[in-house]
Amino acid sequence: MSNHSIALTAHKDYRGSKLGIWLFLITEITLFGGMFLLYSIYRSEYPQDFHHAAAELNTLVGTVNTLILLTSSLTMALSIAATHHGNRKLALIMLAITVLCGAGFMVNKYFEWGAKFHHHIYPGSEYLLAHPKGEVLFFGLYFTMTGIHGIHVLVGMVLLTVMFIRILGQPNSKVAFVAGHGLGEIEGCRMAFVDASDRVVWKGDEVDGSVQRIDVKTKFWPVKQRFKVADFNQLENSGLYWHIVDIIWIFLFPLFYLIT
Amino acid sequence: MSDHAAPVRKPVHHGTVPNAADVSFYDFKGRWSGIYSWIFSTDHKRIGIMYLALQVGFFLIGMALGFLIRLELIAPGKTIVTAQTYNAIFTMHGVIMVFLFVVPGLSASLGNFLLPIMIGAKDVQFPRVNLFSWWLFLCGAILAVLSFTTGSGPPDTGWTFYAPYSIRTGTNVTMAAMAVFVLGFSSILTGLNFVTTVHRMRAPGMTFFRMPLFVWALYSTAWLQVVATPVIGITLVLIMVERAFGIGVFDPVKGGDPILYQHLFWIYSHPAVYIMILPALGAISDIIAVHTRRTIFGYGFIAMSSVAIALFGSVVWAHHMFVSGQSLVANFVFSLLTMIVAIPSAIKVFNWVATLYKGSIQLETPMLYALAFIFLFMIGGFTGMMLGVLSVDVHVHDTYFVVGHFHYVIFGGLGFSLFGALHHWYPKMFGRMYHQVPSKIAWFLAFVGFNTLYLPMFIMGWEGMPRRYYDYLPEYQTWHVVSTVGSWILIAGLLLMFGNLLRSLKTGKPCHELDPWGGGRTLEWTVPSPPPLENFDTIPHITHGPYDPDVPEHK
Amino acid sequence: MSDHEHEEHAHEPVGYGLYFLTWFSLLVLTAITVAAAGMHFGNMSVVVALLIALVKASIVLWLFMHLKYEETIFHRLMWVVIFAMVVFIGMTFTDTLFR
Repeated sequence: MSNHSIALTAHKDYRGSKLGIWLFLITEITLFGGMFLLYSIYRSEYPQDFHHAAAELNTLVGTVNTLILLTSSLTMALSIAATHHGNRKLALIMLAITVLCGAGFMVNKYFEWGAKFHHHIYPGSEYLLAHPKGEVLFFGLYFTMTGIHGIHVLVGMVLLTVMFIRILGQPNSKVAFVAGHGLGEIEGCRMAFVDASDRVVWKGDEVDGSVQRIDVKTKFWPVKQRFKVADFNQLENSGLYWHIVDIIWIFLFPLFYLIT
Repeated sequence: MSDHAAPVRKPVHHGTVPNAADVSFYDFKGRWSGIYSWIFSTDHKRIGIMYLALQVGFFLIGMALGFLIRLELIAPGKTIVTAQTYNAIFTMHGVIMVFLFVVPGLSASLGNFLLPIMIGAKDVQFPRVNLFSWWLFLCGAILAVLSFTTGSGPPDTGWTFYAPYSIRTGTNVTMAAMAVFVLGFSSILTGLNFVTTVHRMRAPGMTFFRMPLFVWALYSTAWLQVVATPVIGITLVLIMVERAFGIGVFDPVKGGDPILYQHLFWIYSHPAVYIMILPALGAISDIIAVHTRRTIFGYGFIAMSSVAIALFGSVVWAHHMFVSGQSLVANFVFSLLTMIVAIPSAIKVFNWVATLYKGSIQLETPMLYALAFIFLFMIGGFTGMMLGVLSVDVHVHDTYFVVGHFHYVIFGGLGFSLFGALHHWYPKMFGRMYHQVPSKIAWFLAFVGFNTLYLPMFIMGWEGMPRRYYDYLPEYQTWHVVSTVGSWILIAGLLLMFGNLLRSLKTGKPCHELDPWGGGRTLEWTVPSPPPLENFDTIPHITHGPYDPDVPEHK
Repeated sequence: MSDHEHEEHAHEPVGYGLYFLTWFSLLVLTAITVAAAGMHFGNMSVVVALLIALVKASIVLWLFMHLKYEETIFHRLMWVVIFAMVVFIGMTFTDTLFR
């Protein structure tokens, strides 16, 4: 029968998927690059206005958020390292801390934006439009860039939560062998698993006419010092995304908070 | 693990067919049937054909809109539609043709079908992403169509969405911009897939310099798609945010600089011109190699010129903005750089002509399209050079000269190349040969109609007829009439061509030879027509260059 | 294609200590950049802030994102994007600076 079957197994090339993720990261960088372009040009046109507008931002909040994201990057890297060491529990804890850091960042951001809105600083507000043009642009860029960055943090959190659930769901199980038709050949026989030296490890019931199909379900546990690439490659790739979000913040932080 | 479990067999999938390698991918019975076997298929060949179907559909809609534009312009003043409707029609024509036909272009349709086969792979690297990309394309297309038919009227900005008009107009720009954003995402995913596929999935022995030239072109294009497309994504997001919240970055009232919009727009959209044309150039190289029955001349130069075009094409964007009010320094720099792009393009043309020399030229339909392509692309290219020269551009900017130029490059270039490529790979894709006589008549009508339609535009433009105008002075009418008549001939030719290709799906002579042209040396001519599900029974081992004549194995 | 199995993990698992060191150096750089913003370098303050940000980003790329252990293609990718950003932003300045 195996001659007549065709295996549609997915092509597993982990280097390839990593290359794909890196290319995706490039698109993220050029996406923000468009906004950095606007920022740099308006900054060079209105240096004084940017200077004044940046004074409105709370450097402390910005610094705290920077620390939060840097720490989340650390825990992300630790989580991946933990999978390399086969330490599933540590990997899960670190992943949870990463997601929580992301949440903390967003909460901070929420209060920061809220305070701005409270002071009537939001795009298109009359209060803001009464200010010099450079300040209007500064806040226009501030809300857009931190907003889009925030969306990326949210996406990252969702991604990492999915990874958390996946790793928590270990061991993976998989239906490895399905026999549907052709069962007549083994009717009246028993199925057995044997080890390398042909000793029977497990023996099943007799296969009679009532058996429609046989599935063999296998489970995979990550062994210490060795992990299943298939499971954790995705964690590494999600981690890469999380780090790039961090890197973008590393640039946003001095450009918006530290130019007073 | 289940290593020691007794019955060690490969997982049997739902689709079990005898000798799958002999069955074409059409006949392969997978998990789904009917339409679902297409829209849920991750097979690169099915996805390629699905792209092709959508693209041809939108091309026909765009063509109908173009027909309306020409009909309106047959006489000065109102002929068939009002001025506002006319603005909407040329915007829809532009958006549909640019974003739904030429940006996916050869890359999404034929590229998807052929790239894995040409490098000896079973599929692309990320088949599911590939399908997702097609779905995004479909969603983007639906959004685009919705933006024309719903809300406060179809966008009237032209396909370029120039600020500040695009942030003020009451028409449905936000949704159209969203559509382009989604389509851009689809394009990025295709590019990402192709770069990774070329890097990771080449067959053993298939070195970079043994890849067919079409693959080189797709590879260069894919890089542009990955690097440049996000810029238009963010630019259009900014337009949407601007319209929704008034952040002011492109609004001169609030201090924003609309010229920066143009910069951001063209940072993508100029490379996008190369995203459109590069795969077309690559396909022409392959078509010419087959139909002259000889090795392509200057393989390395053509391959590298694709890379060079991608590279230089990314640094010339501001030549669209010579009269926008940007600085003179920028004008000089970008005018100079524009001249440089001509070099790799010319290298390709020289090499094609050199390939024809002493080749055994077979004037089959694909070759006719390829020859027409060289002619039209050269006119488009040379007028492009003229537009790149600062002093000339100031004179003819935003006139019909520009319209003529880009239709020669994009339609005469990409369009004719796509038609040629369709005729060239048709038997491979569908296992049938189209009817020869109508295909040649169609080519002739299209070629004659094309030149009748667009050549007068250069003259009108040179005399000062501005583009996008609804009305014009009576002295331009003669050329407008000639142009409109040309559009009728062209459309007749195109309808005949598509009709013939469609009819041949049913009535064409079955053609299951590996290589119906008798001159194909690249890998797609070594697999059955149409190819089986995973293209190759066994992955080939490559020992020589793509166009080398049958060399001994040990070379 | 058959050699993928050997490539799956070209590098040994990285110890936790290096990551803490990386994190610590990022914190120190953050402190420096905040402190430097307090001083007045005039126009140079942007340059200083950007340089520090670049160093921080490189550290994240190199160690957290494992670029150190990856093949050359991944390094080239970064050069491509850096080149693209420099060209896009730099060439736009040929317009705005001289207008």
